[in-house]
Order: sequence, then C-alpha cells, then structure tokens
Amino acid sequence: MARPAAESLQPVHLKSIKWGLVALVFVFFGLLASIGLGAIWISPSVVWDSFVSFKAGQIEHQLIREVRLPRALGGALIGAALAVAGTIMQGITRNPLADPSIIGITHGAGLAIAISLAFVSGGSYWILLICSFAGSAAGAMLVLSFSMISKERISPVTLTLAGAALSTLFSALSTGIALYFQVAQDLSFWFAGGLSGTKWPHVFILLPAVIIGLLLSLWISRSLTILALGEEVAAGLGQSQQKVRWIGLIAVILLSGAAVSIAGAIGFIGLVVPHMVRMLIGSDYRWLIPLSAIAGALLLVIADIGARMINPPFETPVSAVTALIGVPFFLYLSRRKRGYM
Amino acid sequence: MDWKLALSRSKTWLAAFVVLIMATFVLSLSTGVMPISFSEILGTLAGSGTPRQELVLFQLRLPRMVIAILIGAGLALSGSILQGLSRNSLADPGILGINAGAGLAVVFSIYLFGQEKGSLLSEPFFLPVFAFIGALAIAALIYRFSWKGGIDPERLLLVGLGFNALCGALLMILQLKMDPKDFQQAAIWLTGSIWGTGWPYVWSLLPWILILIPAAFFKARTMNLLQFKQEVPVALGLKVESERRLLLCLSAALAGACVAVGGGIAFIGLLAPHLARRLCGPNYFSSLPLSGLIGAALVLMADMIGKNLLAPADIPVGIVISVIGAPYLIFMLLTRKGSGMRV
Repeated sequence: MARPAAESLQPVHLKSIKWGLVALVFVFFGLLASIGLGAIWISPSVVWDSFVSFKAGQIEHQLIREVRLPRALGGALIGAALAVAGTIMQGITRNPLADPSIIGITHGAGLAIAISLAFVSGGSYWILLICSFAGSAAGAMLVLSFSMISKERISPVTLTLAGAALSTLFSALSTGIALYFQVAQDLSFWFAGGLSGTKWPHVFILLPAVIIGLLLSLWISRSLTILALGEEVAAGLGQSQQKVRWIGLIAVILLSGAAVSIAGAIGFIGLVVPHMVRMLIGSDYRWLIPLSAIAGALLLVIADIGARMINPPFETPVSAVTALIGVPFFLYLSRRKRGYM
Repeated sequence: MDWKLALSRSKTWLAAFVVLIMATFVLSLSTGVMPISFSEILGTLAGSGTPRQELVLFQLRLPRMVIAILIGAGLALSGSILQGLSRNSLADPGILGINAGAGLAVVFSIYLFGQEKGSLLSEPFFLPVFAFIGALAIAALIYRFSWKGGIDPERLLLVGLGFNALCGALLMILQLKMDPKDFQQAAIWLTGSIWGTGWPYVWSLLPWILILIPAAFFKARTMNLLQFKQEVPVALGLKVESERRLLLCLSAALAGACVAVGGGIAFIGLLAPHLARRLCGPNYFSSLPLSGLIGAALVLMADMIGKNLLAPADIPVGIVISVIGAPYLIFMLLTRKGSGMRV
C-alpha cells in the first residue's frame, strides 16, 4: 500500500522543488523591496553597499541595518510561522478553515496581553512574550480539546464556530479589562501592531521558535498526510493520533505564540497560504509545510510593503491588509463544495 | 395553528418572563452607584422625591433600562428571523457580521461628523439610519455571496464570518485614525455598552422597534412555512426567495437600529431564540414573542449585573452577555447530536 503511494508522489516532488525555488527567488526580491521601500527610498545599489561595505557613518546604511533589515527578516519569519501554524492546525483538526486568528489562539494571546498591561506595571518585553505564549497555549488547548472531547467527529463548521465564539469571549474579556484599567488604546495598538517595531532582539527570538516549530512540524508531516486520508485510515495504519496532536499543538503554540507576541493579531496568513500551496502541489504535508513557510514569508513581506505604501506617511495595520487579501479568499473557499481538503 | 392557540399554549412562559422583566426592572431601578429604596422610588414617582433622586431615576436609569428592554427584544427578534429564514439555528446578527456592518457605519459616522461638531447628522436620530444602511449593506453582501443556486445554511454562516472579519479590519483602520477621545468612545460603544442613555436615544430607537416588531410578528406564518424543505413552501404558493430577502431586510433593520444605540451586543440573537424554542417549541407564533421577552430580560439583567458587579465602574452589557453567551454556544455546539439539528 505504501509503495505505490510513494511512487505516485515522485512527480509532485519535482513540482514542489520547482515551486519552492520560484517562491524563494520571490522572497529574496520581496526582502530587497522591503528594505528599499519606505518613508525614504533607498536604491538597490545602496542596499548592496550596506551589506558588502558597511559604513557606520552613513545614515542610510544605519537605517538599513537597524530598522529595515530586522523588519524585513522579522516579517518573513512571522509570515512563515503563521503559515506553518495554520497548516498544522488544518491538518490536526482536519478543518480547512482553521487559522490561528479565526480559531481563538490570537485572541487568547490578546487576553493575556490585556491582563499583563493592566496588572504588571512597566511590563518588559519578556513579560509580554511570556504572556502571549501562555495565552496562545490556553486558546489552542481549548480549541483542540473541543475536537478531542466531542465523541462524534466534529464538523469543520462547528469547530470554526466554536473558535469564533471563543474569540468573541476572549476579546470581550480583554476589552473589558482594557477599558476598566484604561489601557484600551495600548491594547489596540498591540493588536494592530504589525511589524513596525521589529528589532534585532525580536528576530533572534523568532529564529529559534520558527526553526524548532518547523522541525516539529516536519516530524509529524507524514502522519498528517495519512490523517488527511481520514481518521479510520490513520487508525487502521496503526498511527497514534494523540501523539501527532500533541506535537502539532506544541508546534502551533510555539509558532503562533512567537509571531503574535511580536506582531500582534495578523490574521488570514495561516488560512490562505496552506490552501494556495495545496492548490499548487497537493496535500503531501512533507512538502506542504516547507512550501507554506516560504509562501507565508513572501505574503507577509508583501503585505507589509503594502501597509507602508497604502497611506504614507502613516502605516496601515498590516493585519488589515492581510484581512483585505484573506477575506475574499475565505469567501471563495466557503463557496466551494464541501468536503474540500 | 394560529396566534390564539399558540399564545394560549405558551402563556405560562410568557407570563413568567413578563414577571421576571418587571422584577428585574424594579431591582435595577433601585440599585446602582446611588441606591434608592423601593419606597423612595414610589415617593419619587408620586413627585415627592429629592431633585437628586429625580435626576438619577428619570434622567439616568429609566431611559437606560427602557433602551435595554428595547434592544434586547429587537436583537432577539432579529436573531429569530435570521434563524428562521436561513433554517440555521446558529445564525445570529453578531456572528454573521450584520452587527459589525452596522457598527462600521456608526463608527464611520462618528469619525466623519464627530459627537461635538454639532452638525445635523451627529444627532442621535441619525444613528439608527446609518446603522441600518450598514447592516443592510452587509446583509445584502452576505446574501449575494452565499447565493449559489440557493442559500446553503453552512455557506451563509461561513460567508458571514468572513464579512465579520472584513468589517473588523476596516474598523481597525478607522479606529487608529481617530483621536484618543473619539477612540475611547468608539471602543466602549463597540463592546456593547448602552452608551446612549438619554431620552433622545429612546425616541430615536422607539419608532423602529414599534414598526419592525409587529412586522416580524406578521411574518410568523411565513417563517413557519420556511422551516419545511424548499418544495413545501413553494407548493403552498410562497415566493420563497423574495420572502427571504424581505425577512433579511427586516432582521438587518432590527439589528441595525439596536446596534446604533446599544453597540455590538453579540449572542442575544442566538441565545434568546434558542431558549424560546426549548421552552415552547419551534412554532414561530409562540416562539417569536417569547424570544423577544427573553431577549429583553437578558439584556436588562446583564445591564444590572454590569453596573453593580464592579461598581462604580460599568462593565459594558456586551461583555457580560459574551461571558454568558459564548460558553453556552460552545456547549451547544459540542453536545448537539449528530446532524439531527440543522447546522
């Protein structure tokens, strides 16, 4: 049974590699554009110079090294993290509409941030980071426990709605806390946050989180592919679903927790990207996961450039830009025939 | 089955909720930052109260509670209609994004006309109009996008969720452009605090409610018929799609008017019809009035809890209701049996 399946995957591999390389080239140019574009336009030759012959005295080189570069890299890492988190969520819940922002994880982190803004005075960045992790963990555990508790197989719509209800609950609580302690605008800015404040320390937090998350995801990628065939098939092949779910959960918490703590609530990347990649290369998770990471990086870097260009000199929240890109796609998906995946 | 029979069967529950509303009303009238005893309320009503008591009762508490009752009933009926027309027991103007559409329109009007700029369009009277336009626009979009040779209940929900997110994104862009004072106001409003507490807001809301609620009752028979499979109402000569559009407009109008004055209160449109159906069965002749009463009672009670729990700070009603409503919805989703209940 396994052998013919493996053989039929062969052409897909070539296709995946091809698309992966194409996407990587685009990511490279996206990063260059992200470094060059902004309030001050910096020409590619100056960008190049700043890498090969960095001069500390030149303001543009400083700008590139301290502001533009960490922001571009942070955007790529966050995009990759969110996309992989979405892919894993969709895989373990078998819900094509799962996304960290729809299903309650982001708002869980938001609630934790609201609590820390209200009760921890002068909260350092580390406290926010820990809170965000704890909040996303709580949200993810709750949603995933829904799909585990329920005896009958829970339908994607039910899970999506339960996640939406959970999000509403979390956001109601956090707004209540924020209003009562008068930190509403702080919270709102964090939520809409985006990538504008991304500095090198953030990149160094993101990097290990993304790498570990990616490795964990790849570890269970084969099992996810089998799970996509149906739970009976997976059980028939003697696969421990609990183990896959727990590893997946840890990966999701790690990836979305890190992304959310730095960029706030950026929705729809985790929803849109896995689907687009799936359309291109099919649903072999061994390839779906790395390609989603690349595509997610690309999408967020582009969205971030868009956020800077729409209404200069003001920054449009990047979450609004991703929602504007993501919602039409969400509508398209929900109009498709059921049983998609 | 007509009105008389249906009402006589559900009269116990109707009476129970009327009593509950009256009891909560009196209790809520006497509690708050400045407690006023029951005898003092009677005295004030008779005209012998202190000016302070008169101010608190007549200018602050009474209009707010009247509004709570009106928007509770309005949102509950809006939800009932939505569930009836989509044959979907999870439909709610809040979840589907109709409230968000109305909210977007209202916040946009705050942004454009401000509250203190004194233009004609910033009068409370116009808020329901803006909200209605926003609600109707979103309802039309949801209808258009979930139409694919018919309205599939699941698709309707998902499309609604999508538009909800879209409105959220637009709201976020708008809010960050506001100055902090307008922002705080908009944020409080969005969480569903009854902010328009004065009589002008009552007068701006009342005509909508007085026209739309009887209109909803008038459509009870249609909604009963719509619960059958597509073929039955068609065979009975019902123009199904045009009736659905009409009902959607009705629901959007109710939600819009209520949201304009009460802010984004979610879950009432979901909870009230459910409880009503559970208590008196699926017949709309009896479940419509009952869900209106339940909605009014819920909002009134939530408002009372909100103003007393952390006094002197107010917890917005919308938060109290979300805290009750979200777990209820999740519980319901997880415990319902198979596909017996329509998704």
